[in-house]
Amino acid sequence: MKRFALISIPYFWLLALFLVPFLIVLKISLSDTELSIPPYTPQLDLAQGWAGVKEWWAALDMENFVWLTEDDLYWKAYLSSLKIAITSTILTLIVGYPIAYGMTRAPDEWRPTLMMLVILPFWTSFLIRVYSWKSILSNEGLLNQLLMNLGLISDPLVILNTNTAVYIGIVYTYLPFMVLPIYSALERLDESLLEAAEDLGCSRITAFWLVTMPLSKQGIIAGSFLVFIPAMGEYVIPALLGGSQTLMIGKVLFEEFFANRDWPVASAVAVVLLLILIIPIVLFQKNEEKQREAGK
Amino acid sequence: MRKLSWFNTLSLTLGFAFLYIPMLILIIYSFNAGKLVTVWSGFSFKWYGELMQNEAFLQAAWVTLKVAVMSSTIATVLGTMAAYVMVRAGRFRGRTLFSGMIYAPLVMPEVITGLSLLLLFIAIGLDRGVLTIVLAHTTFSMCYVSVVVSSRLVTFDHSLEEAALDLGCTGFEAFRLVTLPIIMPAVLSGWLLAFTLSLDDLVIASFTSGPSSTTLPIKIFSAVRLGVTPEINALSTILIGLVTIGVITASLSSKRAIAKKQQDEKGAN
Repeated sequence: MKRFALISIPYFWLLALFLVPFLIVLKISLSDTELSIPPYTPQLDLAQGWAGVKEWWAALDMENFVWLTEDDLYWKAYLSSLKIAITSTILTLIVGYPIAYGMTRAPDEWRPTLMMLVILPFWTSFLIRVYSWKSILSNEGLLNQLLMNLGLISDPLVILNTNTAVYIGIVYTYLPFMVLPIYSALERLDESLLEAAEDLGCSRITAFWLVTMPLSKQGIIAGSFLVFIPAMGEYVIPALLGGSQTLMIGKVLFEEFFANRDWPVASAVAVVLLLILIIPIVLFQKNEEKQREAGK
Repeated sequence: MRKLSWFNTLSLTLGFAFLYIPMLILIIYSFNAGKLVTVWSGFSFKWYGELMQNEAFLQAAWVTLKVAVMSSTIATVLGTMAAYVMVRAGRFRGRTLFSGMIYAPLVMPEVITGLSLLLLFIAIGLDRGVLTIVLAHTTFSMCYVSVVVSSRLVTFDHSLEEAALDLGCTGFEAFRLVTLPIIMPAVLSGWLLAFTLSLDDLVIASFTSGPSSTTLPIKIFSAVRLGVTPEINALSTILIGLVTIGVITASLSSKRAIAKKQQDEKGAN
């Protein structure tokens, strides 16, 4: 009985506030936009009994999904989000790997401090960290002031409100997500393997590519998913650092809902985004399970 | 002691410079006397004063704090229960669905979570306000709590609980007297995580808040969309300061707890 209560309280909470909302999104994505409150039709009328349910079911259709394929905006936004998410994941890996590697090479007594320095930004407001780049990247910003004072450029570089700024923002905010899994994979690495490789005639760089890299693969995979998945649906970074030409699906969804008040289309956008992300999410969980088993 | 090669020194220096310089600039410029954010014109606390006069910000900060305390506390209770179920309850019907629902919110894009919760609140006719934000924040942060707590639960010895049960404890007593003290650091860091996640959330709060329940991130976001303002720099500095103090205190106290435990164990031997 107590066991039942223990299981059912969190279970029902998640059913009611996680699963059911999705079913509602799915349902509304199949409805039609209407100028009413709530702004969609059909409404399920349970007072009419079974006939009402049947009528409601018959009125649901795939119209919004057809609309998503017909209007350029949507598939361009999906493709552009995909491009931005993949590019920035690769960039984060390039920036993050040397940091994680450097951390494992540092003297032991430095490590807790270095760890803390990586984790601290993660606790600091995401919004503020994105915002902090605005005053650096703008035309009169500190980066341009610095470069102009050094005489490297004569006209300010336009970075803010472009995709470049979005890349910088994503790499910056998600960097700890990349560094930590790679660090924990590298930390487990047995150093005698590297010594063995060097004894067998590998140069240090070859040993790195043949031993270190493959053994940190799971950390790289975990880190890449942790950056790619949220970057794909990102709203804050393109809204603050990107320009009007920065097309990302999270922004489209947000605006479709709040500016156009088109709930069925916003729901359809969400359903398709979820379908795109299902594959990386499942792959990520498989990878985590594999790691957990390896950990045991 | 190992020595760092020049390459590793360089990558650590550049990496940490990249992580910290933007925040340092923000902090320095919050003490700038001038209105122009990128031109230094003398040291002043002016913007902190202005901030304290700004009723709208103070109001939003109060709402945010209330939401964060409530949602992180409920999330810690639910998340700890969920972790206990995942690690200790064994097999039960619908376990796969349960673990799916625990892990999915961690990777779900916020726009989708926000939209789906809003549509739920509208469908059941719940007016948007502090309550709806608390429900929304509790739901996603309990999953983080449960991951943190279950990683601690799997590593400790189950036989300790069994011993307590053999010695006549009820299941709840065994949990309260044996399990809870051992997993307490994880429960606390889960609470802290849930608290900062709630404090920081913009997207989900935008969907689930009503006109009378604007949170601080919503306020900050609408202020900074148009540009950089010295008042927001001051506010950001205060928030960064609070988080830094919180995290450092938490990690120092857990370090002290570990040191004390080691000493106790030495004493016992």
